[in-house]
Amino acid sequence: MAVVTATQKAASVNPLKSSQPLGAALAFLGVAEAMPLFHGSQGCTSFALVLFVRHFKETIPLQTTAMDEVATILGGADHLEEALLNLKNRTRPKLIGVCTTALVETRGEDFWGDITLIKQKRAQELAGTDVLLVHTPEFEGAIEEGYGKAVAALVDGLVQPAAGTDAADRSASKVAILPGWHHTVADIDLIRDTVESFGLEPVIVPDISGSLDGTVPGRWIPTTYGGTPVEAIRGLGDAAHCIAIGRHVRKAAERLSAIGGVPFTVFDTLGSLEAADRFVALLATISGRPVPAKLRRGRSRLQDAMLDGHFHFGGRRVAIAAEPDHLYQLATFFGGMGAEVVAAVTTTGHSSILEAVPVETVTVGDLDDFETLAGQAGCDLLVTHSHGRQASERLGVPLMRVGFPIFDRLGSQHRRTILYDGVRDQIIEAANIFQAHQRLHTPESLDPFRDRGETHDGHSQVAHH
Amino acid sequence: MLKDKVKALFEEPACGKNQAKSEKDRKAGCSKPLTPGAAAGGCAFDGAKIALQPVTDAAHLVHGPLACEGNSWDNRGSGSSGSDLWRRSFTTDLTELDIVTGTGEKKLYKAVREITQRFSPAAVFVYSTCVTALIGDDIDAVCRHASAKYGVPVIPVNGAGFVGSKNLGNKIAGQALLDHVIGTVEPDDAGPTDVVILGEFNLAGEFWQVKPLLDRLGIRIRACVPGDARYAEIASAHTARVTMVVCSTALVGLARQMQERWGIPYFEGSFYGVLDTSESLRQMAKLLVARGAPADLIARTEALVTEEEARAFARLEPYKARLAGKRVLLNTGGVKSWSVVAALMEVGMDIVGTSVKKSTAEDRERIKILMREDPHMFESMAPRDLYRMLADGEADIMLSGGRTQFIALKARTPWLDINQERVHPYAGYDGMVELVKQIDLALRNPVWAQVRISAPWDDEGNPIETVVGFPATDALSPLPAGERSRAQHGGEVSEVGATASVIPIDRAAASAASEPDDSFAARHRKKFAESRVESSDPDYLARHRKKFRNTDADDMGEC
Repeated sequence: MAVVTATQKAASVNPLKSSQPLGAALAFLGVAEAMPLFHGSQGCTSFALVLFVRHFKETIPLQTTAMDEVATILGGADHLEEALLNLKNRTRPKLIGVCTTALVETRGEDFWGDITLIKQKRAQELAGTDVLLVHTPEFEGAIEEGYGKAVAALVDGLVQPAAGTDAADRSASKVAILPGWHHTVADIDLIRDTVESFGLEPVIVPDISGSLDGTVPGRWIPTTYGGTPVEAIRGLGDAAHCIAIGRHVRKAAERLSAIGGVPFTVFDTLGSLEAADRFVALLATISGRPVPAKLRRGRSRLQDAMLDGHFHFGGRRVAIAAEPDHLYQLATFFGGMGAEVVAAVTTTGHSSILEAVPVETVTVGDLDDFETLAGQAGCDLLVTHSHGRQASERLGVPLMRVGFPIFDRLGSQHRRTILYDGVRDQIIEAANIFQAHQRLHTPESLDPFRDRGETHDGHSQVAHH
Repeated sequence: MLKDKVKALFEEPACGKNQAKSEKDRKAGCSKPLTPGAAAGGCAFDGAKIALQPVTDAAHLVHGPLACEGNSWDNRGSGSSGSDLWRRSFTTDLTELDIVTGTGEKKLYKAVREITQRFSPAAVFVYSTCVTALIGDDIDAVCRHASAKYGVPVIPVNGAGFVGSKNLGNKIAGQALLDHVIGTVEPDDAGPTDVVILGEFNLAGEFWQVKPLLDRLGIRIRACVPGDARYAEIASAHTARVTMVVCSTALVGLARQMQERWGIPYFEGSFYGVLDTSESLRQMAKLLVARGAPADLIARTEALVTEEEARAFARLEPYKARLAGKRVLLNTGGVKSWSVVAALMEVGMDIVGTSVKKSTAEDRERIKILMREDPHMFESMAPRDLYRMLADGEADIMLSGGRTQFIALKARTPWLDINQERVHPYAGYDGMVELVKQIDLALRNPVWAQVRISAPWDDEGNPIETVVGFPATDALSPLPAGERSRAQHGGEVSEVGATASVIPIDRAAASAASEPDDSFAARHRKKFAESRVESSDPDYLARHRKKFRNTDADDMGEC
């Protein structure tokens, strides 16, 4: 059981966090024909947009209410209304996801009241477009909270109760899947294939595998061009089961249960053999079908990768900085392969998962804390997003890029990180980094009189991965 | 107070755009009202931070909630020859509790202390943001006190995001330098050939391609703002003899006020393009001599310019044949459009359009003169229109910044980054050669031919057998009707026979030449060897559609 501590610095140095509205926007980007809208000044949107573009290498639909000085003083309802109408006219989205920012939240307006009035007044103009609201000021939380809130808002705002409450009215094959923000396009494809292999019909909310998977659509589309259709979310009330992956989407699963009586299961991670087993077993139970041969073969392949890979992990010292649920997935993965997690840094202290992270201490802090802790502990691998590159250069320790943003490597969306195939890929990737940075023995390094009492022989010298 | 300041910034008499306006328009300021739901671009904070962030030995502290800094740090490719402190990110990361209890100012003060004690910066720039401006944190006072207490210059930059655009933020940053920095250090080595360069960001280290030219002439850079700048250099910039303004709409006001206050003449120039680089060097030499530099500087400059131009043009020569007539779409505000226009015309490329969003009236005039016939200038283009233009093949390549990168790529059009994230240096004589080389590489890359090939199946996924060749079964497969074996590939119609692979069109033609073959396919290839039809030609399409009305291959013109 980990102890969660926070650093007491006034200046955050090299932030680990990305902002909360960015996380909410990511969720809305997984809905078909959607348009996230930041209620704030245009810079809030511009920064998030540029970061998204650098990570996904895609055009990203994202708009702003462009709050100016006057609106900041007098109130932003007019800007919100104009933005909604403009977006509706220009891009004809099925869904507009309004994400508030610190600027308007500090003013503290009644946004839901505003939106309700706008919807009434402009019923005709806005017909056919759902407008959802999430409160995501940047002065609290990070990606995970924002994403969790947006997924809950999708369920709350769209799902219709099932026609009847009888089990007979329930779809036998429809399964709602609520993936976490940290699941890649390839992860979601893997989840879909796995669920479908049991003859089940997965409805994945949100589904970035259809919108941010990097395709060339052949025409200009101003909104998202794939993802979960709004109608599919509306019809989730009669699903046979709901599977949420990560505690930050638990609330959405609870809301679905409250609205449609859908039974749900929350997985803290799918990033280990054991977790994948439980997921597969659950699908077998829901469907009443045996586990397909392909999955059984995949499991065996993972077992083999674990056997081959464990040599490279045993005794390795790893430092991880990530959002809470992602940290849990990574720490259990590395710990489960025999590595030791010597530094664990996260963005916010509010998540209940932090206590379950298999380390002594989880520090709520920034990448400067991460660099300090990793340097003090001495480690072989840094695991965090691309902004860890400065720490990697200074410490001379290789960096494995995970999460968001990854702007200086290609293909982050196509890496698999969960279930049998994804865990296998992760083992291979990490083991290859370890192998690429193997230290050759020298007379000095093996001298029996060197460094007496020191258990760790310093870190490797090559930082480029 | 802030309002007065912003007003003053908008009344810039040295701004060409401003001069062209009526008195009434001038009073209204140059910030266009943004359209909610249809706005793009950064805010004033963004602009202020961009303008100062490359000052290398200073700490840049952002006072506000996380996103302003957390979503934007370490994202620009300026080069530093010294400290890397500027790449570290500092923010007060205000929490809800800080805002509600009003402890923001205290947190800021403490943050300055932590930074000065731990990192020993030459100075700390403190940026205000929307939330801290809204709740009324007095960052000027905090900076004054912290500066007195810790003995380090702490400079407030009051450019909250909601006050306006990125460009206004640039101006606010310039004003902060004038109010708090320039003139605070007296150098003991002021000389007759000292210059200040304003608005040079040293992206990809490109100013290092220019500095040696100035070194050769004996011209000393007192300060380059902000690229690769040290704080002390900027603080002593008032002793320079001449100012050169590179990015004019951003910092021309600063240059004008330096002239008023310290009598330093300024000129606007550019280091993009061979002729512009020469012109800038000449101007600089002329103004320096007028202010007391040795008179032979002019002759030495001419000699250097002659030598470097000859060398650059010789190096550009091999590219001319390949690039002549290629059509470029310029979509940038980051560098002077006319400067790049002139540079590309030097190698014979056609400019089919250029954005002039941040250009002054003078800039536009220069573009008009340069582009003679039909200068296609646009303020800004909606992504949809940009996409259409590129997808329709109206340009061979787009030069722009990262924001529009993927519009070009999705339209399967070559693209080159000429904004802040680029990795290639384009300034000076060598830079021009590099730019042309990169354009050439982008245009010649074989991927363009490959990604424009349409898939060899129809919308339902049924193979179009006339397109897919099955080499092994060539003799067995019955040949389809002659007309059907024409298929469209991207912007071109190419011929493919039963034995031809769909991909390398050239290879298909080559194999036809090498193997004497009397099959239908061979005859067909021969017949259409010379035909390269523009798919955008409506006459051709109409004829084609009619001809293939009853066949499968009527998805012509979709691409």
